[in-house]
Amino acid sequence: MEKISGARALMIALEKEGVDIAFGLPGGANLPIYDELYKSNIRHVLVRHEQSASHMADGYGRVSRRPGVCFATSGPGATNIVTGIATAQADSAPMVAITGQVPSKMIGRDAFQESDIIGITNPIVKYAFQPMSPGEIPEVVKKAFYIASTGRPGPVLIDIPKDVQQNEAEIQFPSEVKIRGYHPWVDPDIKEIERATDMLLAAERPIILAGGGVIISSAFAELQSIAELLMIPVVTTFKGKGSFPENHPLSLGPIGMHGHAEANKMMTEADCVLACGSRFSDRSVGTFEEFERNLKIIHMDVDPAEIGKNQTTHVAVIGDVKTSLRIMVKMLIQKAIKRNGENAWAKKVRETKEYYRENIKIHPHPLAASKVLKKLREVLPAQSIVTTEVGQHQMWASLFFDVIHPGTFFSSTGLGTMGWGFPAAIGAKAARPDVPVLDIAGEGSFNMTENSLAVSVLEDLPVIVFLLNNFTLGMVAQWQRTFYDRRMIGVDLKNCPDYVKVAEAYGAQGIRATTIDEIGKAVQTALKSNVTTVIDIPIDPQEDVFPFVAPGTSLKDMILPS
Amino acid sequence: MWSIISVLVENKPGVLFKITNLFRSRNYNIDSISVGITENPEISRMTITTEADEKQLNQIIKQLDKLIDTIEVKLLDEKKSIYRELVMMKIKVSKPTDIKEITDLANAFKCDVHDVRKSSIILEITATPDRINALEDLVRGYGILEMARTGICALARGERSES
Repeated sequence: MEKISGARALMIALEKEGVDIAFGLPGGANLPIYDELYKSNIRHVLVRHEQSASHMADGYGRVSRRPGVCFATSGPGATNIVTGIATAQADSAPMVAITGQVPSKMIGRDAFQESDIIGITNPIVKYAFQPMSPGEIPEVVKKAFYIASTGRPGPVLIDIPKDVQQNEAEIQFPSEVKIRGYHPWVDPDIKEIERATDMLLAAERPIILAGGGVIISSAFAELQSIAELLMIPVVTTFKGKGSFPENHPLSLGPIGMHGHAEANKMMTEADCVLACGSRFSDRSVGTFEEFERNLKIIHMDVDPAEIGKNQTTHVAVIGDVKTSLRIMVKMLIQKAIKRNGENAWAKKVRETKEYYRENIKIHPHPLAASKVLKKLREVLPAQSIVTTEVGQHQMWASLFFDVIHPGTFFSSTGLGTMGWGFPAAIGAKAARPDVPVLDIAGEGSFNMTENSLAVSVLEDLPVIVFLLNNFTLGMVAQWQRTFYDRRMIGVDLKNCPDYVKVAEAYGAQGIRATTIDEIGKAVQTALKSNVTTVIDIPIDPQEDVFPFVAPGTSLKDMILPS
Repeated sequence: MWSIISVLVENKPGVLFKITNLFRSRNYNIDSISVGITENPEISRMTITTEADEKQLNQIIKQLDKLIDTIEVKLLDEKKSIYRELVMMKIKVSKPTDIKEITDLANAFKCDVHDVRKSSIILEITATPDRINALEDLVRGYGILEMARTGICALARGERSES
């Protein structure tokens, strides 16, 4: 058998996993990997900061549902991807991050560009490997992809000392791997699904809460079948936004701190919830005690540790959400259960939805977020993929931008990472070059990773940055206005820089749109030209996000615009 | 509620760190932890005692189980398991009669007596925490100069059962 280097083995192993693109930035400790990357068929996307590489891999992973791959060197290269790894972990996104490490003999000697990235990332990875001989690499890669993509997906780190990349050995490539302590797929217990079905059927005011797990497992059709068979309204978590078509009559939209008023209202009035792939985050449910009062909770989740973590569960169905829902659909069909007509609960749901849609006050400004985002929805094809940054614009996107095609909306919902949306959009574009990709952004967040414009332009991964520019760190400003008696500090971004010029400086297209009409035209121009475009939209810095469930309060205490 | 959790883990570097870091990052409490190899050299057993309410205990077990390097996690029933801790206490000897008194106590508690000197004596006891605490109370008057405890080590009674 021919001897090959660890780095060569890594490339072969990655190719065997079907990897055809990786995002990264080379440095001293991963040069042997890059030298093999040069010879491989894997496309390398050079980033301008490693954090963006990890977000691109994350975006690629969420959209393709296959682990996105990113490379970073040791030390600062590795620590720069920490935020990206934590973001992927918080949102259960499949990712394999591969870092170079100082040579094994130098580990622990505080060498140049040495950081204990295994130790640093321990609480934020699904698993981490540090192969100490080239022969381990194929098995490590196979395990990494298996762990990252199965069960509840997540990020896996492979930290490879430089000598392990360089050294040669006769290397075997396993066709399968077994991990004794890892059982990602559990068959759902049929009896529990029966109990869940009975409980749901017995409820007077049932509701479905769809979380990110529905998107991860592509359980869209199953979810819709259950909702339609039983005529049950569907609310989602923010991460679950778009798991159910938001133009569907049974859709109420996301619940939570900035959930839809009708969703929060009906959630608090329900007597039984079927929660699918949701972890009951504080952002979604408000205070835990108040949320579960007088509420029967049926919880379907692939992760047993989520059962009972935040909420008292009455029926737990552990397993893949798609499988569990499919079994439930079959049960309903066998029992010939199909509800028609409108009962008292359905009537209330419809009326509540209509009431809020007609009566919530719209911010009095020509470029109110609701108007801007409704225009975007009008002109953006339904199959487009949308990401967001983090802040007010993100919550407005949740409130005013309806997702029609399931699984086309992605956001950093768990960690809330500013700067995520743009590089994630580039990663998404790499996964789905056939559809338009747009990042609903705020300028504060966009500032954090805007140098990815170079990547988007030069790597021909065109995305649209739909920039709601209020020249301020808007969400913080809103909290300072609301909770700190308008003592504004550290939020004013003073209309700087000029984003049209920034876009142009990077070779992208920059368009300023100052009316609703111009916004529509700008998006159409961007879609038509298919080049990276920043659409700078000056909005009102004084606009707040409503509804608002203040932290530490319950969904019942939702504040509406006055 | 004081509980004993028995965890089988992969015997490889970094696993103890992962377990203890899990307790730290989720704000759980480790009362004691003891680690040693099992009949299978690839597998170690960790015995962890913790103070937690039922809900938290449930989460601790599930989060431990979720770790990829854990193979089996069991909550041990105190009545259906054998659990012991080994403790060494160095006790101050102030006057000659102390030695006799301390060794009498040691015999009553079935302790081993080591390193008898004019000024100190070492007792070694393997027992349940209750008995150890009782002995500690009795010898405290002489002055405990140093003490080392291993933490609880435990096994479920009867034949090995699959969890």
